[in-house]
Amino acid sequence: METITLDNITTKNKTSKRVSGSDALILSLIAENVKTIFGYPGGAIMPVYDKLMDYEDQLHHILTRHEQGAIHAAQGFARVSGEVGVCLATSGPGATNLITGIADAFMDSTPIVCFTGQVYSHLLGTDAFQETDVLGVSMPVTKWNFQVTCAEEIAPAVAKAFYIARSGRPGPVLIDITKDAMFAEVDFCYEKCTKIRSYIPIPETKDIRIQQAVELIDNAKRPLALVGQGVVLSGAEKELKEFIEKTGIPVASTLLGLSALPNDHKLYTGMLGMHGNAAPNIKTNEADLIIALGMRFDDRVTGKVNAYAPNAKKIHFEIDKAEVHKIIKVDVTVLGDVKDTLARVTKMVSPNAHVVWRNSFKFIDDQETSRVIQKELNPETGQITMGEVLRHLNEVTKGEAVIVTDVGQHQMVASRYYKFKNKRSFITSGGLGTMGYGLPAAMGAQIAAPHRKVVSISGDGGFQMTMQELGTIAFNKIPVKMIVLNNDYLGMVRQWQELFFDKRYSATSITSPDFVMLAASYGIDGQKVTDRKDLHAAVQRMMDSNEPFILEVAVEAKGNVFPMIPAGSAVNEIVFGDE
Amino acid sequence: MIEEFTITVFSENSIGILNRITINFTKRKLNIDSLTVSESAIKGVYKFTIVVKCALATVENLVKQLDKQIDILRTFFLREHEVLHQEMAMYKIETSTFLESNQVEAIIRKHNARILEVTKEYTAIEKTGHKHETQELFEELKPFGVLQFVRSGRVAITRLKKELLSEYLDKLEKREMSEEI
Ligand SMILES: Cc1ncc(C[n+]2csc(CCOP(=O)(O)OP(=O)(O)O)c2C)c(N)n1
Ligand SMILES: [Mg+2]
Repeated sequence: METITLDNITTKNKTSKRVSGSDALILSLIAENVKTIFGYPGGAIMPVYDKLMDYEDQLHHILTRHEQGAIHAAQGFARVSGEVGVCLATSGPGATNLITGIADAFMDSTPIVCFTGQVYSHLLGTDAFQETDVLGVSMPVTKWNFQVTCAEEIAPAVAKAFYIARSGRPGPVLIDITKDAMFAEVDFCYEKCTKIRSYIPIPETKDIRIQQAVELIDNAKRPLALVGQGVVLSGAEKELKEFIEKTGIPVASTLLGLSALPNDHKLYTGMLGMHGNAAPNIKTNEADLIIALGMRFDDRVTGKVNAYAPNAKKIHFEIDKAEVHKIIKVDVTVLGDVKDTLARVTKMVSPNAHVVWRNSFKFIDDQETSRVIQKELNPETGQITMGEVLRHLNEVTKGEAVIVTDVGQHQMVASRYYKFKNKRSFITSGGLGTMGYGLPAAMGAQIAAPHRKVVSISGDGGFQMTMQELGTIAFNKIPVKMIVLNNDYLGMVRQWQELFFDKRYSATSITSPDFVMLAASYGIDGQKVTDRKDLHAAVQRMMDSNEPFILEVAVEAKGNVFPMIPAGSAVNEIVFGDE
Repeated sequence: MIEEFTITVFSENSIGILNRITINFTKRKLNIDSLTVSESAIKGVYKFTIVVKCALATVENLVKQLDKQIDILRTFFLREHEVLHQEMAMYKIETSTFLESNQVEAIIRKHNARILEVTKEYTAIEKTGHKHETQELFEELKPFGVLQFVRSGRVAITRLKKELLSEYLDKLEKREMSEEI
């Protein structure tokens, strides 16, 4: 096959001037309205770094302490703002350090564009210093990737990258640029990409599918709507509210759908999945209609697939055809952008209230409250629980904060107990479950949303995976609030060992530095709480601070997160842990 | 139930596209039985013909995951009875054997094979057919000493309709898509 050209790109607003490839890259970013990038320099990307100095007032570069920090920061940035997150790394190890974050963004449909430096094009394939086949390595985890070997390709590649990353079901894109392409001169001309013939970002919606959906909804006696991140990505929070308020249909959320609807909405019934709320999980299997809105029936949500919602017809509102019938066969597929399709459905459905059905959730809610939540949020004796910390955080922040979590028990506790008021307020690694995600993602989120309070909640294990970013936070005075829920264990794994591996705690007891002292060495203020009576004031102090602040809380060592759907069980076989 | 499927992928002419395709097989631990790639009837559009043995549900998902790759225009899968397919095989035997035994010529004729080239040392034979047919010829020639034997991947056309890709491309350009799942 011949050499590649970037054609199939439609054109508009041309400007032209002679610049280096590095300039072309930066000008392209500026043309895409990028204001902040996260990155780390090295040999192969040095020409770009050199030129960055000439554009400091237009493009703000944040030097992280590790490339993984850069990509997670870009992810947090993208998730809170809905814009494309951008990061920059050198060839070889710089590029491979991005991979975990790229894989994470791929799983969680986060729009990211990564630029990696590459060795000179004449050295490609020769195992040159810091040469890695970055296209090959990143291919399974990118929506698209491309190698640029001449300066002319830079602007069109960037245009295509941004278009692909943000359109349709968003995802990560990587552009690998050889060093000679950065040095070469080119007539710069940026044309936004608006179309690629082999790519249909939003599949066409058939009117008949809308009608069929309306019919199923109108006839349902026990409908349940499941909200996934698709609702957030499409910006359909308002359409969601209008739909449920007209139909009276109760709503449950996946982990990534959290905050699409305020927690105190009367139709909100809680979170789905392994550590979700009991009522929506159990009611899934009593429902006669499941309305899946931008969610993909992840196995953490469905439990045992062949026992999932056996009494329900299913409607799937989905933008990605490859998700349809992948796990759960559905009766009606409404392809398209959920913001548009849901609004169309809302117009046509009959008003309803479903009072009896909705009230039937209450009995299970009460069970969960008395058997789990009460003990978790308001313990009177014993060590501090994770839930207690969340209760104080709710009281102090009034549900207004952006919560960013790491992965583990604290993540589940945060998702279960924070009472979200605003949209785009929960950022977590869902599909990949990447420990080390939280702190850098919170940093990126705080930069994207300087006027919001951003709180990262990590475990003692995960915090240690990317805590080098304390350096970035300190240097840039990024006022993130960092909570470390320290249980001296890799808690989530320990919980599984307790429940499913005869309490054989293999390699899950973990020691930590004094996190407050560690932060202090970076000049970051903090407090450690070991006593319940100090907790509220400490949370208040942290939230009152206008600077970065770390709050380490010594929590119960062997706490477990309940309820839980044991792996392989049906959603209605959820257990409370006191059985 | 495991079945044999012929998957046809139409793609842009982009570097790495084969890799993007095979990744989707690797991640499901699916073996590719046969693979053929060449430029299609439409200039610049490449056609991959891939044979795979798997369950229907697997191929359905797989094809959708291939279809969503940015540089892939369209992916179809067809069942055994829906395709007309052929493979091409080449065989090399010593010319002396060929001349000494009149049986070889009879075998070639019986199998509808043809002689491509005869030199002092070897005679090259070609046969097009289904895999079992090219294999049968190989088995029959074996006793006479086969110096070399190669077989291509499958090429296939549908029994259902003519190749609609060009119309499809027109529609894509105009965004008049009506696709159903
Ligand atoms: C990078 C990575 N390695 C390993 C795991 C497996 N894992 C999931 S949760 C967990 C424990 C997390 O411990 P900690 O950060 O202390 O959080 P806790 O569960 O105690 O709240 C581990 C090891 C993972 N998700 N990600
Ligand atoms: Mg822990």
